[in-house]
Amino acid sequence: MNVTFNARHHILSVLVENKAGVLTRVAALFSRRAFNIVSLAVSPTEDERFSRMTIVVDADASPLEQIVKQLNKLIPVIKISEIAHDEGVEREMMLFTVKAVADTRSQVTELSSIFDAKIIDVGYEAMTIMLVGEPDKLDAFTDLIRPFGIVEMQRTGRIAMPKLARQPIRLRAVKSIRG
Amino acid sequence: MKPTGKITGAQALIKSLEMEGTEVMFGLPGGAILPVYDPLIDSSIRHILVRHEQGAGHMASGYAHATGRPGVAMVTSGPAATNIVTPLADAYLDSVPMVVVTGQVPYAAIGTDAFQECDTVGITMPVTKHNWLVTDARDIPTIVREAFHVATTGRPGPVLIDFPKDIANQSMDWYWPDGVDMPGYKPNTKGHPKQVKDAARLVVQAKRPVIYAGGGILKARAAEALKAFAELTGIPVVTTLMARGAFPDQHELCLGMPGMHGNYTAITALQQSDLLIALGARFDDRVTGKVSAFAPDAKIIHVDIDPAEQGKVRRPDVPIVGDCKQVIEELIKATKAEHNKHPQADISEWRTTIHQWQIDFPLYYEQEDGGTLKPQFVIEKLREHTPDDCILASGVGQHQMWASQHWQFNHPYTWINSGGLGTMGYAVPAAIGAKVGRPDRMVWAVDGDGCFQMTAQELVTATAEKIPVKIAILNNAYLGMVRQWQELFYEERYSEVYLSPDLPDYVKWAEAMGCVGMRVDNADDVVTTIEKANEINDRPVVIDFRTDYREKVYPMVAAGTSNDDVILHPALNEKAR
Repeated sequence: MNVTFNARHHILSVLVENKAGVLTRVAALFSRRAFNIVSLAVSPTEDERFSRMTIVVDADASPLEQIVKQLNKLIPVIKISEIAHDEGVEREMMLFTVKAVADTRSQVTELSSIFDAKIIDVGYEAMTIMLVGEPDKLDAFTDLIRPFGIVEMQRTGRIAMPKLARQPIRLRAVKSIRG
Repeated sequence: MKPTGKITGAQALIKSLEMEGTEVMFGLPGGAILPVYDPLIDSSIRHILVRHEQGAGHMASGYAHATGRPGVAMVTSGPAATNIVTPLADAYLDSVPMVVVTGQVPYAAIGTDAFQECDTVGITMPVTKHNWLVTDARDIPTIVREAFHVATTGRPGPVLIDFPKDIANQSMDWYWPDGVDMPGYKPNTKGHPKQVKDAARLVVQAKRPVIYAGGGILKARAAEALKAFAELTGIPVVTTLMARGAFPDQHELCLGMPGMHGNYTAITALQQSDLLIALGARFDDRVTGKVSAFAPDAKIIHVDIDPAEQGKVRRPDVPIVGDCKQVIEELIKATKAEHNKHPQADISEWRTTIHQWQIDFPLYYEQEDGGTLKPQFVIEKLREHTPDDCILASGVGQHQMWASQHWQFNHPYTWINSGGLGTMGYAVPAAIGAKVGRPDRMVWAVDGDGCFQMTAQELVTATAEKIPVKIAILNNAYLGMVRQWQELFYEERYSEVYLSPDLPDYVKWAEAMGCVGMRVDNADDVVTTIEKANEINDRPVVIDFRTDYREKVYPMVAAGTSNDDVILHPALNEKAR
């Protein structure tokens, strides 16, 4: 799977109540309304009452406005912010096991070090590598490492924060549509 | 409120329902909900014991439609919970406030495939506005308070509380919360003043305006405001299937129902308008026909309390998120202010055009002397021989469309039907619920023979509970609407639509359920039989009207086609250009 960034992909940062079943409600809503999720990451926040979901949606397949408005109707959803591609910092993590027999091991290692990837496990003829970065970088690394033979690969889905400083806050609170 | 001693979870649940003003609930007990049925004996709440859980749900819905108060239903776990999924989905699409309590297996047994266990919260998530699984008896008053708040505020809808058996047996310190604390739920009721002003400007400029009134008018108790606004501006009003009665049919500005089986004038007025003032309506496919061809020249003012309805189907020029009543009242003020600046555009030519359509393309049917009984004739006679404020419930299909077309609705909350989900079998239980809520009113249901067979057993409930509803079955021995489509669109290849006029024998069936059963097979006996039924007030009445199976619902806009292509009754066709 190669998830390349697409201009139609939008990142929604969704603050939700930290209660049982909230993820199910969000997932069920996407399926009920036939919206597509590209990736989804959930984590606790600094405030234990809330969790944050970072949802990447494909706005080509479903209208972003409807997705946001329908999400807003879910009672555990507190706030939805859309982070435009150039207005946030995004990171994603990837773990993958790649074939690395004696005569290719050094090439894999070299490629990893160029990308600042970390080798976290070494086997007899394979290595497991971790790479954290912008999704584009993960895509590029995947393309380059593929010829060596990817045995298994996992990506976390991206998480994002609005860019700080210098400029005024660009985090656009979509929930304020409600007035 | 201060704690006032220890009580069980079951007692807390009943007490909380009482605190919310519940006077009546519809339900059927079973294993997991048993503990809650015990304190019910000592409660002020009247419980109506249904014969099938689907009946409980639709009764609660009929009750809510008729009274404006949330309908309450309580059933057990597993199959009972799944049986009430249909009424939940029905109420969700029609925005009916309902609170449903389901029993659940003990909390520790959840996930073990215990007897009568199912994932009720998971199953009902997409068909409720919100639902709760109670995991601690101390949460009960808070959850019940939240449940009623969510069901009745904003865009109303059904909610569900799933109640594990062991929670019912836990003890808790009773309290009653002062309010709700729901950071993620704050519906906006007041329209944005600038938007309202923009809307008023369009209202006074429009030359061919139409008010497109939807069910939201009734939910917001905005019928009075709507009338005042229509009379202030002289703008004609169409009332959708969910809004029949929201504006009186006898009013000179009322154009009746638009949509797939609406009348020619209502459909065409929307289609040719230059301004649609959509009030609590959601541009349903049954109203718009082919969306891309719907009202092509119209600007849109869209008033709806649900922000997600704005732009869902048609992009509004002026979206206003708010409660219909509040927004219309503001719109009246803003329109008057606008009138002070410019006179309203002259719409008399538009009104004349509309009036001519009404003359040229009326609803049409022909009851021949001595001929087969026409279903429309039955409905017209029923209307003529019932009080003006009689409540009418219906099922889904041809009879529903004829009822909506031919009944004169002059009061809000007199029409109860399943619009969005199209739930066959809705009429009998909904009529029972309505009669429970409004015992002072006469309640009739117009039902089809197909629909009647789906939920008729609730007439046993009606007899046992002395709820004297009256059912008119328009028995054409067919699944009539499906037959109509097969006749028109499948070259008269009739597939699985024949039901038989006398299997079952509806009169005997009615009598077996403790009702009075009567049969009418000719036009001459219609009125006398209706009058006989109207005299009976100690038990339900069922009349088996044997109607013409060939009769079709006209006008019709075929699915997926443009509202420009109205199919009229064949006898009227020559007049249409």
